[in-house]
Amino acid sequence: MLLSLPALHLQTSEYHPLFQLPHGRRGPWCSPSGSPAPLSSETGCGEGSWILVCRLLVPTQVSLLSMEEDIDTRKINNSFLRDHSYATEADIISTVEFNHTGELLATGDKGGRVVIFQREQESKNQVHRRGEYNVYSTFQSHEPEFDYLKSLEIEEKINKIRWLPQQNAAYFLLSTNDKTVKLWKVSERDKRPEGYNLKDEEGRLRDPATITTLRVPVLRPMDLMVEATPRRVFANAHTYHINSISVNSDYETYMSADDLRINLWNFEITNQSFNIVDIKPANMEELTEVITAAEFHPHHCNSFVYSSSKGTIRLCDMRASALCDRHSKFFEEPEDPSNRSFFSEIISSISDVKFSHSGRYIMTRDYLTVKVWDLNMENRPIETYQVHDYLRSKLCSLYENDCIFDKFECVWNGSDSVIMTGSYNNFFRMFDRNTKRDVTLEASRENSKPRAILKPRKVCVGGKRRKDEISVDSLDFSKKILHTAWHPSENIIAVAATNNLYIFQDKVN
Amino acid sequence: MACCVSDTSATPEPTQGAWPHRCPGTMFARGLKRKSAEDGEDVEGGLAGTQATPSYSLQRQSLLDMSLVKLQLCHMLVEPNLCRSVLIANTVRQIQEEMTQDGTWRVVAPQAAGRAPLDRLVSTEILCRSVREQEGERPAPDVGDGRMPGLVPGLSAVPSAQALRSPQSSLWEVDSSRENRGGFQKSLDQIFETLESKTPGSVEELFSDVDSSYYDLDAVLTGMVGSTQSGHGSGLQAFTSAATPPPGSSCRSDLGELDHAVEILVET
Repeated sequence: MLLSLPALHLQTSEYHPLFQLPHGRRGPWCSPSGSPAPLSSETGCGEGSWILVCRLLVPTQVSLLSMEEDIDTRKINNSFLRDHSYATEADIISTVEFNHTGELLATGDKGGRVVIFQREQESKNQVHRRGEYNVYSTFQSHEPEFDYLKSLEIEEKINKIRWLPQQNAAYFLLSTNDKTVKLWKVSERDKRPEGYNLKDEEGRLRDPATITTLRVPVLRPMDLMVEATPRRVFANAHTYHINSISVNSDYETYMSADDLRINLWNFEITNQSFNIVDIKPANMEELTEVITAAEFHPHHCNSFVYSSSKGTIRLCDMRASALCDRHSKFFEEPEDPSNRSFFSEIISSISDVKFSHSGRYIMTRDYLTVKVWDLNMENRPIETYQVHDYLRSKLCSLYENDCIFDKFECVWNGSDSVIMTGSYNNFFRMFDRNTKRDVTLEASRENSKPRAILKPRKVCVGGKRRKDEISVDSLDFSKKILHTAWHPSENIIAVAATNNLYIFQDKVN
Repeated sequence: MACCVSDTSATPEPTQGAWPHRCPGTMFARGLKRKSAEDGEDVEGGLAGTQATPSYSLQRQSLLDMSLVKLQLCHMLVEPNLCRSVLIANTVRQIQEEMTQDGTWRVVAPQAAGRAPLDRLVSTEILCRSVREQEGERPAPDVGDGRMPGLVPGLSAVPSAQALRSPQSSLWEVDSSRENRGGFQKSLDQIFETLESKTPGSVEELFSDVDSSYYDLDAVLTGMVGSTQSGHGSGLQAFTSAATPPPGSSCRSDLGELDHAVEILVET
């Protein structure tokens, strides 16, 4: 059923309408058995079960006309923020992450900004509005820097955001660019002290001679204000570009990984970190492999995995030694000799690795496939899903235009039954591990009105192209979905397409 | 830059130099090696006809040249992506190993190694210029086409389908193709010597506390090629010549090369 809603009004300010905070929110780290709401057989990830909830964007500056196809001036009404005809490269979303309850959704962009969206609260008269996300807070996390020694710029692009589990009323998240990790505290203020003795209501100092009585300041309610403050800055620990951060299940430590090293930090200590993995060779001429992603085990605070550009995953145990150069487990799939080419190594490079919520499996994404591995079996994955195998014959062209180096991410749903990853042409794919069904959906403004049901897409490989199919040669390789996120317990997904954030939810919800 | 992978179906498909869109499974597949070195010189024989598998050596050489260009990109504001550079370097190494096995790998003759460093700088400058001009002048980069006129040595005789690609191809052919081929061979060898061989001589002595091996890979990956080749003169002389911008170059590599020379001097 299609429900028409007005186009979402974007709030760029940090102010938010007053609302009530529920008590005692303590987000679970994760539930080992997985949370409810698996994709049922009625909805599945099959046909027509996902609807667009909202499309969000927060433009930094309205100065350039974007390169978008249809700049329709008629659409630019009195509130031109609704239309994303104006966008800059700084608005390109570079990371998306739900917090542990799914109430907050954080995005980082190329301009170093973090925008946090909050889920609309349920209300009886507007039941259908639940599931929408509105801007909650915006702040500049990282600024561009210049490395004077190497005469190179350090990009302010946010590579990763990771939330900490909530332990009090404030929210904490880690955000990182290529070199520096920062811990941000996002807190709300809804009361203000009034009735100072020495200051008047505007804050000006009162003349002491006019003060004849003493009073106790009282807290009065005020408009809700959300403020973000940097609480820790973890800098100068990485020579190479940070690609991953991961919070440990002990909530006291986290790791940051760059191309050649992984460091372990304590949240309280910013001037020291422990190096736990170092794969830099003594002679850099012998360098043939780099670290591409790393993550802590969701329950065992001593275990973590890291993936490499050669398609291998190593599981390490920090109890074994201080420097985890020797892995506990080594996951590698033997190469298929029939598919061998000069690009075999490049397409085997793993761009993302994610533990399942249960901690039993890991999922890896390389250029053409997503693989699920059982931690107890190292010699091959238990499941392999083809994301866009039709690109296998185009590898040379994709190498030439550098698309072959694109780093796609992958995500689990809350119950570890469905996995999702992105592709080109603003397509993203979902694979149901139980039913073995898969679906291709598209995140585009042309095809999606709010509450419209997403139509599955299909890529035609050769021969006759059916009506709704798109041929491989018509795919737009500049529209790539690299970053997606799945709500921890519900079937709500966030998909980042350039500077747009799409939020979809399961129709049944 | 519009990133579209397109088949050459819009234009009549030329038979020479066509990427094997029609035979996806065999593109660069191993096991299709030819014994003799049928590469650029033998244009007619290698590319002629509508054979199902175009010259494997030609494809391989083309891929090698493309990879070298990628490694030597001169415009560098931000530190290059190390993962990408390592993957490209591994691809180059893989090709080189295969070409060595094939016997098609041409080792630079000793007299060529004795030439002045300025020649090497010239070849780098040509590389940078060609890359910049290609990126600037190509109206709609048809990357599905994969042909890069002039970058594959000896293909200057290929018919007009390629010459139409971009206006700079004629400029490329004005610089004699023979010189370019030699230039490429030299820069290829330089990259490989820095990638695989022992540490350079006098540079090490001068800056023994500097992690010069790190610098070597960095030099390769960041486009400053040739400064570690100190087969003649002192290491310092090699540095000053490397730091001297080649004449007429407006490329950002000047700044990059100078800064990398400074980097070596300050890095401890």
